[in-house]
Amino acid sequence: MTESEMLLHIIVNIIIIFTVLIGVFFVFSATVGIIRFPDIYTKLHAATKASTLGLAGILLGAFLFLYIQHGIVSGKLLLAILFIMITNPVSAHMISRAAHAKGIKPVIRNREDDFEQYKTKLTSE
Amino acid sequence: MAFQIIINLIVGFLWMFLSESYTMPSFITGFIFGILLLFVLRRFIPGEFYFKKVLNILKLTLVFIKEVIVSNIDMLKYIYSPKKIAEPGIFSLPLDVKSNWEITILATLISLTPGTLSVAVSENNETLFIHAMNIEDVNESIRSIKDTFEKLIMEVTR
Repeated sequence: MTESEMLLHIIVNIIIIFTVLIGVFFVFSATVGIIRFPDIYTKLHAATKASTLGLAGILLGAFLFLYIQHGIVSGKLLLAILFIMITNPVSAHMISRAAHAKGIKPVIRNREDDFEQYKTKLTSE
Repeated sequence: MAFQIIINLIVGFLWMFLSESYTMPSFITGFIFGILLLFVLRRFIPGEFYFKKVLNILKLTLVFIKEVIVSNIDMLKYIYSPKKIAEPGIFSLPLDVKSNWEITILATLISLTPGTLSVAVSENNETLFIHAMNIEDVNESIRSIKDTFEKLIMEVTR
């Protein structure tokens, strides 16, 4: 291996490590958020948003690793990123809707709950 | 629109056969020439220039990716700041988009934007209820959602 090839190899490895580390950091932050936030709705914020980019980073790192080290173009990993981005918000929507239907009150300061008002209006009619 | 796509495919195949190389790259070259041809003749062909719609879809995708990254960084601020979350709450957004498909895309986009999460859709499909981490000004957040996402979605679907 020549000098420049070695350098390229090292740079590519640094990029792979960097993407995976960013992914792990975001997933870790999502966990911290789930523990720290006060109610289910804010917890869902952390669970959907931070983990989306976290998983995307890990999968992207895996894709780069397979492509550069083994020469495999793994389309499955890229598709997984796409499906995470589509399914994550939908599951968050369903969980929060179910929680509200079950009657779990969100933590609210200085503000009305518009959805609660809508539901009481529906039942009174 | 379907008519224009068929013309474009025919131009692509014609190019492939005329240049006598039956490979993917020559078909793509022909396809690009077809797009240019349709662009030049767009006044004489019925319907709107279809590639404009493709560009709008691309724009929507780019905005989507940008919003995902911005919202993640925004989330980090909430997670690691020692203060309590200032004003969480649920507000309602009157919808301009009508069909189920459009509302689904809008709800997905809202869930991945900074500080907002779609909770429910009203039964007559006219209001979307959104949980927000920090509502400083309801009208301001409604306006920003309407200006960016709803406009982009309407450009794609209408």
